[in-house]
Amino acid sequence: MPMRSLWKALDRRLLVDATVMCAAVGLIGLSYGATAVAAGFPWWLPVVLGALVLAAGSEFLFIGIVGSGGSPITALLAGLLVNVRHIPYGLAVPDVLGHGWRRLLGVHLLNDETVVMAIGQEEMARKRAAYWACGLGILVVWPLGAALGGVIGTVVPDTNALGLDAMFPAVLLALILPALRERATLSSAVAGGVLALATTPFLPAGLPVLIALAGVLLSVPKSREEVAR
Amino acid sequence: MTDMMAAPALLMGAIAVLAVGTFAFRFAGPALRSKITFPPRATRLLETASVVLLAALVVTSGLTEGGVFAGIARPAGVLVGGVLAWRKAPFAVVILAAAATAAVLRLLGVP
Repeated sequence: MPMRSLWKALDRRLLVDATVMCAAVGLIGLSYGATAVAAGFPWWLPVVLGALVLAAGSEFLFIGIVGSGGSPITALLAGLLVNVRHIPYGLAVPDVLGHGWRRLLGVHLLNDETVVMAIGQEEMARKRAAYWACGLGILVVWPLGAALGGVIGTVVPDTNALGLDAMFPAVLLALILPALRERATLSSAVAGGVLALATTPFLPAGLPVLIALAGVLLSVPKSREEVAR
Repeated sequence: MTDMMAAPALLMGAIAVLAVGTFAFRFAGPALRSKITFPPRATRLLETASVVLLAALVVTSGLTEGGVFAGIARPAGVLVGGVLAWRKAPFAVVILAAAATAAVLRLLGVP
């Protein structure tokens, strides 16, 4: 699919949503860079980690573990565990990723925000446009935010005072709300959320979110009824 | 931080492996989908699965930090954002309200 027709579906509303999403990600990037510098890393390290891994949760975790004296191997394993959820993400939105050499970039752009933007759209053309606009934006603003955060981190040591930590969950919640209006999906999501929360104190980060997938079972009987009808 | 100074090669190696491993996870889904044809019902379940994953992320990242309760301010901010989103407020308003709520509560001394 040529790039030009990809952007044709990018109307004003999609563009505004993607821009706001990128702005939010950039702000979270500020707190990520500031956190890393506060933990004693050089400013460029969260930038390199951010551009190469491009998955915020695992990067916060990586910086947190190594910064508090943990082994880079432990941080690596924890980061990989947190990122396993990208396998089901890729299963859910394979058609937005593009083809040929572009697919390699498209695959790299797969993350919480781009998936949520893509599944929030009805037609495939809009899904693709939302995915790529948001993904390319994040590829720029996430490392950029981290670099700026590293610079201002020495000035504003506690970015949580600005409430930036409430942004990431709020962003995801706002974008899955339309999907939650469907009852079967809602019960699956609630069950999954309860499972994840209940297991969080006992399991390493990343695992509770995967255990939440059991909630999908609640959507299975509903789909069978639909087929029978 | 002495850790990093002591073994920069180990640290950079860990970053490289995390990057490659994460890319492999991302690549696995679409690669599987192009080999196997899923029935439409399974396709819908896969999309439900990603909503469930995201919902679990909202709950865990909204309420906890390092395996323990993150305090009142953060979930309160997320809740305000969620209510505004439910009332169909613009995306920017939702995000800024979430951050502002948490920030104001902390300013008032709420953890």
